[in-house]
Amino acid sequence: MRAVDALMECLKAEGVDVVFGYPGGANLPTYDAFHDAGIRHILVRHEAGGGHAAEGYAKATGKVGVALGTSGPGATNLVTPICDAMMDSVPVVFITGQVRTDLLGTDGFQEADTIGITMPIVKHSTMIHHPSDLPRAIHEAFHIARTGRPGPVVVDIPTDLSRADIPYEPITDVHLPGYQPTTEGNQKQIRLAAKALANAKRPVLYVGGGAVGASEELVELALSDRLPVTCTVMGLGSFPASHPQWLGMLGMHGTRTANYAMDEADLIVAIGARFDDRVTAKLSEFAPRAKFVHIDIDPAEISKNVPAHIPIVGDTKNILPRLTAEYRALGPDPQRLEEWWHRISGWQERYPLAYEDSVDTEIKPQYMVQALYEATGGDAIIVSDVGQHQMWAAQHYHFDKPRHWINSGGLGTMGFGLPAAMGAKVGCPDKQVVALVGDGGVQMNIQELATLAQDQIDVKVFIMNNGYLGMVRQWQELFWDRRYSHVDMGNYPDFVKLAEAYGSTGFRFTDKTTLVEDMKRALATPGPVMVDVRVTAEENVYPMIAPGQPARDMVG
Amino acid sequence: MGEPGTKEILSLEELEAAGNFRSGRKHIVSILVENKPGVLTRVTGLFARRGFNINTLAVGPTDDDSVSRITITLDGAVHSIDQVTKQLHKLINVLKIRDLEPEETLARELALFKISADGVARAEVMQICDIFRAHIVDVSKRAVVAEVTGTQEKVDAFERLIRPFGLIEMARTGEIAIGRGRNET
Repeated sequence: MRAVDALMECLKAEGVDVVFGYPGGANLPTYDAFHDAGIRHILVRHEAGGGHAAEGYAKATGKVGVALGTSGPGATNLVTPICDAMMDSVPVVFITGQVRTDLLGTDGFQEADTIGITMPIVKHSTMIHHPSDLPRAIHEAFHIARTGRPGPVVVDIPTDLSRADIPYEPITDVHLPGYQPTTEGNQKQIRLAAKALANAKRPVLYVGGGAVGASEELVELALSDRLPVTCTVMGLGSFPASHPQWLGMLGMHGTRTANYAMDEADLIVAIGARFDDRVTAKLSEFAPRAKFVHIDIDPAEISKNVPAHIPIVGDTKNILPRLTAEYRALGPDPQRLEEWWHRISGWQERYPLAYEDSVDTEIKPQYMVQALYEATGGDAIIVSDVGQHQMWAAQHYHFDKPRHWINSGGLGTMGFGLPAAMGAKVGCPDKQVVALVGDGGVQMNIQELATLAQDQIDVKVFIMNNGYLGMVRQWQELFWDRRYSHVDMGNYPDFVKLAEAYGSTGFRFTDKTTLVEDMKRALATPGPVMVDVRVTAEENVYPMIAPGQPARDMVG
Repeated sequence: MGEPGTKEILSLEELEAAGNFRSGRKHIVSILVENKPGVLTRVTGLFARRGFNINTLAVGPTDDDSVSRITITLDGAVHSIDQVTKQLHKLINVLKIRDLEPEETLARELALFKISADGVARAEVMQICDIFRAHIVDVSKRAVVAEVTGTQEKVDAFERLIRPFGLIEMARTGEIAIGRGRNET
């Protein structure tokens, strides 16, 4: 059997039903093997689009995404999605073609040192040196990508090896002596954490992307008492935003309630979160009164930024039910939280997420998110790009379920939204999938509109169009004396015409009074749709922790 | 220190102060890795990326053909070493890491010194070699080459004494180490 046919067998054995890719010289053999493989291949228009689509697929389904590219430029175009997947712990296997082995190291046509270039941004990578190694390498890649702290794995296959005839036996065991992630969680540590939580008078559950797969378990823990919950931008949806114990998102553009609660907490239970600088703000003044329980599957995250008093290494899905049981067994006095909730309710009443609405028909960006919530019934998978619209969506679209909010958090990759939405829709064909993007970021991977049209992937793209690179403009306004430098995007392109040119349906909405109905009409239009929503040009995301300031000094 | 996004101008002092918290005792870290292509690059790349300076690095085979040992010495506060070992553990090809306790560790390096030594100086050089149990492995008209093994500190001391005679060049391997007693390192 050709090595590439074995590759297809391995992909099927791993449960792969779809891959996103782009062919080229060095992966011609792989593409030939697709003929009889019975695996759906989606031809993207740029490898970066394919990489982000694989991420969107993985984030929406929880399964491993797969992206393919050829050697050289094909592989370098995948660098951004690989890095994005690393930062947000997304399980994706990237399979790249490589020049034939006798050309390696000779600056051959379309040769790039893919393994070398991607080394700092992968969970693991491997180059195939012998064709018989390919099946095992593929299974190892999937195993590494999906287990422990998930992440990207790159497999680089020289083209001559991929054509070789190899004996193929299905592989059922993967043995990696240097890779044994801790998933269980130490019972003694869990008991300590339960005690600390039972004694805490001002506790907060601080939840990150590591709890997306343990949403029910998290809710169980929180409901053991009235334990207040806040999520990072990666964790939104793990705890229902409609629940009275929800404090809102925390961090730079989080709610005052969430940030003040962190500031005054005596115990913070970090659950699959990594104390990012966007969360802690000024590190030396972060949560000064708190002790920390830190639950994470990656031991390197423990005490990386904030020293943990009670570290628990393991899978949140495994640890949370045991923590809940230990906590309930202690029978803590629920009365002890009353004073805390009195304080929290005070903040909630005084500082709701508010904005000044327009007096005419102008669409405020915050209103656009609310209108989208209404038009979708609050049940769509919202895939955002990066910038102001991302923060407004995080604030104003109230996510009640996990895997309904997909964005690029750690790397902050503009151009992520449209292709990631494509991947999410392919993975969840029965869900309403909306790409909520800015007029800047959408242009960074706009070529994927062609993929949406050709494959009739039913994504509704809503552009929050303010004609600016809004987040950069906001920073220039607030911190650089309003000296705007290269943030004005003008009135280009005409997104409606562009949508039509790409074979989608285009709409432009400018009137707040009819926006919800207009949006419903766009959502009901069959096939891919792109909507240009004109919003206030110079609106700022508030509240905000100014750079270098502690959380309690939020402004706006 | 100011946030990079703001227009506040950073002083050089602030930048230096920020880097200062990483200094402490010398650490010898022994890393067993799978003997596969590119593994050394993964390890050293990680050090560079996370901002750790390697003082010395030695790589060689072990009793097991499929395993190599990388021995790295570095300066660091305990917290930093902790981060380094945890990050190293995340590399799939890394099998085992030990931050070796100085009292329970035998550490040695090999060094070659080419020393200017003609006439009367030669006798004195040879006397110092004797004291340090260094071997003269090459003699020519105007120079000798001495081979020294020992701890980093011993080789440093030898260098200090020999330098005034005219140290032409020096090559050192960096320390390798093994734990005392029966237990495996």
